[in-house]
Amino acid sequence: MADLDTFRAETRAWLEANCPPEMREPIRDDDDVCWGGRNCQFKNDAQRVWLERMGAKGWTVPEWPADYGGGGLSRAEAKVLSEEMRRIKARSPLSSFGIWMLGPALLKYGNEAQKKEHLPKIARGEIRWCQGYSEPGAGSDLASLRTSAEDKGDHYLVNGSKVWTSYADKADWIFCLVRTDPAAPKHLGISFLLFDMASPGVSTSPIKLISGSSPFCQTFFDNVKVPKENLMGTAGKGWDIAKYLLTHERDMIGGSDSTGGGQRDSVSNIAKRLIGLDAAILADTALRTDIARHEINALAFSLTMERVMAETKSGQGTGALSSMLKYYGTELNKERMQLLMSIRGSDGLVFDGEEKGDGDLARSWLRSRANSIEGGTSEVQLNIIAKRVLDLPGA
Amino acid sequence: MPLILTDDQQMIRDSADGFFKDEAPVALHRQLRDSAEPNGFSRDVWAKMAEMGFAGVLVPEAHGGADMGHVAAGIIMEAMGKNLSAAPMLSTAVLGATALKAGTPEQQAKYLPLIAQGAHLLALAADEAARHKPNHVATTATPSGNGFKLNGVKGFVLDGAAADTLIVAARTSGETDDHAGITLFLVNPKADGVKIDRRHMVDNRGAARVTLSDVQVDGADVLGAVGEGHAILEKMLDAGRACLAAEMLGVSGTSFAMTVDYLKQREQFGQKIGSFQALQHRAAHLFCEIELARSATLKALQALDEGSDRAPMFVSLAKAKAGEVAILASNEGVQMHGGIGMTDAFDIGFFMKRARAAQETFGDAAFHSDRIARQLGY
Ligand SMILES: Cc1cc2nc3c(=O)[nH]c(=O)nc-3n(C[C@H](O)[C@H](O)[C@H](O)COP(=O)(O)OP(=O)(O)OC[C@H]3O[C@@H](n4cnc5c(N)ncnc54)[C@H](O)[C@@H]3O)c2cc1C
Repeated sequence: MADLDTFRAETRAWLEANCPPEMREPIRDDDDVCWGGRNCQFKNDAQRVWLERMGAKGWTVPEWPADYGGGGLSRAEAKVLSEEMRRIKARSPLSSFGIWMLGPALLKYGNEAQKKEHLPKIARGEIRWCQGYSEPGAGSDLASLRTSAEDKGDHYLVNGSKVWTSYADKADWIFCLVRTDPAAPKHLGISFLLFDMASPGVSTSPIKLISGSSPFCQTFFDNVKVPKENLMGTAGKGWDIAKYLLTHERDMIGGSDSTGGGQRDSVSNIAKRLIGLDAAILADTALRTDIARHEINALAFSLTMERVMAETKSGQGTGALSSMLKYYGTELNKERMQLLMSIRGSDGLVFDGEEKGDGDLARSWLRSRANSIEGGTSEVQLNIIAKRVLDLPGA
Repeated sequence: MPLILTDDQQMIRDSADGFFKDEAPVALHRQLRDSAEPNGFSRDVWAKMAEMGFAGVLVPEAHGGADMGHVAAGIIMEAMGKNLSAAPMLSTAVLGATALKAGTPEQQAKYLPLIAQGAHLLALAADEAARHKPNHVATTATPSGNGFKLNGVKGFVLDGAAADTLIVAARTSGETDDHAGITLFLVNPKADGVKIDRRHMVDNRGAARVTLSDVQVDGADVLGAVGEGHAILEKMLDAGRACLAAEMLGVSGTSFAMTVDYLKQREQFGQKIGSFQALQHRAAHLFCEIELARSATLKALQALDEGSDRAPMFVSLAKAKAGEVAILASNEGVQMHGGIGMTDAFDIGFFMKRARAAQETFGDAAFHSDRIARQLGY
């Protein structure tokens, strides 16, 4: 405990000295979030400095081993770090699919050379990754994917197309599911490749979302040569890696947007500000009932995340819960956004206007609808619970 | 405190699970119902619960209790919920012990050891209206002799017909719905002017309507300070609500387990009904809901043990969530069993009845949503 107290004091002092004041402001615009990468356009110097300083300490990925560019912190120390960051309202220095998804899979399945090559660059935000899973014909039934990788001796020749590839046009590298053995049963012919998006034959075409922005793309591969050493794990065993990575993705999607806690203001606080109180009760009593119901679920959900983490840590783990967190967390977040739209009433409908921030809420609401689709739909999560947890027949 | 059971608490869980499964299974509940046992519970089982230390779970060791705390009390109640074990656990071991810990040294010395021994039953006579509203106290206590004279009607007194002592909330000052001016009294149900009308409930538990007509009580039988009973009452109720949440978690757990089993056995259209996705998704959703109820319930019990300021908020969270989930779990249980679920010979209906009664007791989900909103300042 004494060690942890010392660590806290040192961390606090370091953060005070190194976190630029601009990085303690709430996130307002998309470009307040830093994704790193070769072509990263820093919004300002503070954003760049903050990433460099945190990256140098490995605190973008506090629990990864120091050998791979991580902070080498224990779970308890990492918790202290995140508490201290929250205390000064420090922004996260880096958002990254490399951190949330690829990193954990690399740590488990990558060979030494791959770990040494990729993990430090992820930690320092030098390389930005995208996820090449879904295809036009393979969504929920991901294992039916058809992008092919033909063995050409020293390299694979990749042909096909991916769709809904988030930020493919901005990413430097892709982790990609390909079919290396067309004759094998569908789950067994899949391999996991890593390659540079600048390779000849890779092209992207942005797709516009209902919110008006276009964060994702269709991605085309036309005779792309991928060196053999870029195969992660064993050929034909890519499905295991794919599933492992998906559990991390689901934890990330389910956990980040779901609760009233953390950095986000609760629905009721927002309602209080915008609607006001009448004799200590929210002035809109019909909406108050809906909000209270939502907050009960949001609170119980964040306690469930806390409990699942405590159980995992103590070895009492219940297992197979990432589908539950993904399903419930995303459904809650959609409900939250719908309530915020109701609270704002006609003001929430503004899509474009004269004032700064006009349209933000409507866009966030529209974006939230994807939460229960991306990373495996809600229906698919329920299928997984029925099969893996409840062991129901034919599921 | 991490949101998990400690090693000791896991041991209590294992022994409680084993005890109620052996000593008070659903079959006993059915037998009590069929034999029309007037109180709805078995005195034998209660005596054994006392031997196990369950009756004294919240009684300090100095008074012969096991003093294991609210998490332990909740664990016991969850095991009772799983098996539909009926006992005066809630009214005596939880509400009674919580109340008497606020009593004078004499009151504590008199009652607490008896509670721990399972030798004295208490019942809370607070609610008057059909919808739970603890500050709604129209029953009056007017000064008389060296004490007070009580007049009023208490509509819903759990275990009221079995109790050796009633804990009565009466008004010594103020208006009917005021928080201030409520005083708690220890009343002998055999005293002149006390009329007990048994009200046997849908879940086979015993309750009573208690009518008080010029009942004379001694000054020494005031519990806590005159006019300040509301705070003690809230403390009792919060302990009771958290334990009811735990019991409902047990009710949900067994309903769910029975239902999932049935989905794996019953065949229609040439296949197990559990292979129908419409049912799979409902079962998977219910699984998630029960997990949420479990987290909220454990948090509430821990908050009570810590004496946290936020305990009332977490208690309402647990009571609202576990109540809503127990209703869902038992309703889904009946529905997914089809016709057999509606039969008296089959147990699932018992769980639905208990879920309904437990979620109604001391405030339903609507009551506790409102209470949470108030506590969060809206
Ligand atoms: C904003 C956003 C970002 C994304 N980013 C990426 C990315 O970076 N990389 C990537 O690879 N993919 C990405 N995706 C794709 C995403 O993973 C897929 O959209 C998702 O897996 C669903 O596949 P689909 O769109 O083909 O829908 P479909 O699979 O065609 O599903 C259509 C409907 O049918 C239901 N359904 C399908 N199968 C079943 C079943 N067995 N039982 C019950 N219901 C079923 C679904 O739940 C859904 O409601 C992104 C998607 C979105 C919306």
